[in-house]
Amino acid sequence: MVLREIVETFQLGVEACGDLLGVEVTGGYASDLLSDVIAHARKGDLWVTLQTHRNTVAVASMKELAAIVTVNGRRPEEETLASAREEGIPLLVSPLPAFELIGRLHGLGLSGMEM
Amino acid sequence: MRVLRADLHIHTCLSPCADRSMRPVNVVAMARRQGLDVIAICDHNSAENAAATQSVAEVAGIAVIGGMEITSREEVHLLALLPDDGALTATQTIVYAHLPGENAPEIFGAQWVVDDQDRLVAENPRLLIGATDLSLGEVVDLVHGHGGLAIASHVDRPSFSLLSQLGFVPDDLALDGIEVCAAGVEDPACGLAVIRSSDAHRPEEIGCETTGFLVENGSLAEIALALRGEGGRRVVRTG
Repeated sequence: MVLREIVETFQLGVEACGDLLGVEVTGGYASDLLSDVIAHARKGDLWVTLQTHRNTVAVASMKELAAIVTVNGRRPEEETLASAREEGIPLLVSPLPAFELIGRLHGLGLSGMEM
Repeated sequence: MRVLRADLHIHTCLSPCADRSMRPVNVVAMARRQGLDVIAICDHNSAENAAATQSVAEVAGIAVIGGMEITSREEVHLLALLPDDGALTATQTIVYAHLPGENAPEIFGAQWVVDDQDRLVAENPRLLIGATDLSLGEVVDLVHGHGGLAIASHVDRPSFSLLSQLGFVPDDLALDGIEVCAAGVEDPACGLAVIRSSDAHRPEEIGCETTGFLVENGSLAEIALALRGEGGRRVVRTG
């Protein structure tokens, strides 16, 4: 699934790298502990989190994640935006709480497990 | 100069998760029994038992540094060690302004403010166990703005630590050191000074882990020099 389709379907706010929405999303991962994301997220995952710290971008870049979506309308910090532009990681924002957004993403066909 | 044994992370009965017997007279007695020269009182997001502990410890010849364990927006715990009462109170005022919620003692535990004879003076009504809405960088700036030291708490723990929450030490964070709490854990190699402390919530935990500082005295200024390795001061291992 292409990231742009997800952005349009859920009307996500695009905070960084709006020119990179053609990236392929192959799954999803949700966690607010970056140590856990480092351990368990997979390449191509869309990462759903509350964390807005700059380290999220470094983790997404290292794990080759497709993009980061923050929930509850939490917008990234300035330094996070700057890092995302540098690293080419799309930063998206949803007004929905995590449980709701993840449920809807799953309904669209994204899985959190190997299929 | 001599080596002072320090435990810079001790909670009191102001922290809802601490044992009720963690009151100034008890804490200082235990610190003395453990042969500690310097302790720091670091309750969650509050410092209201620091002055009472200082007053008790003065008699016992133990240096007490007033501090707090501040919770950032990322739910990272940071030790804030402040040089004097004024700086501590000013820092606490800002922390309180950024700390939402009210405590529910029946769920989280009571938050006792006590005097230097261990008598209950008041209950703190704030949700001290909660997180502030200050970012990690903002907390470090706040502490430095008041002349204090900012040390990432218990980085070897799987929860509420800089490493659990943020995966690694951000390179733009001006920390003065990191803290390890468990015995037998290797010092993380991150280019920062490492201290060891107990994070004591119960009397018997006081002094379980300690840091040796080669310093002139137990003031915060001397500890700051030791953390930076300046003026012949340094951190040494204590067994």
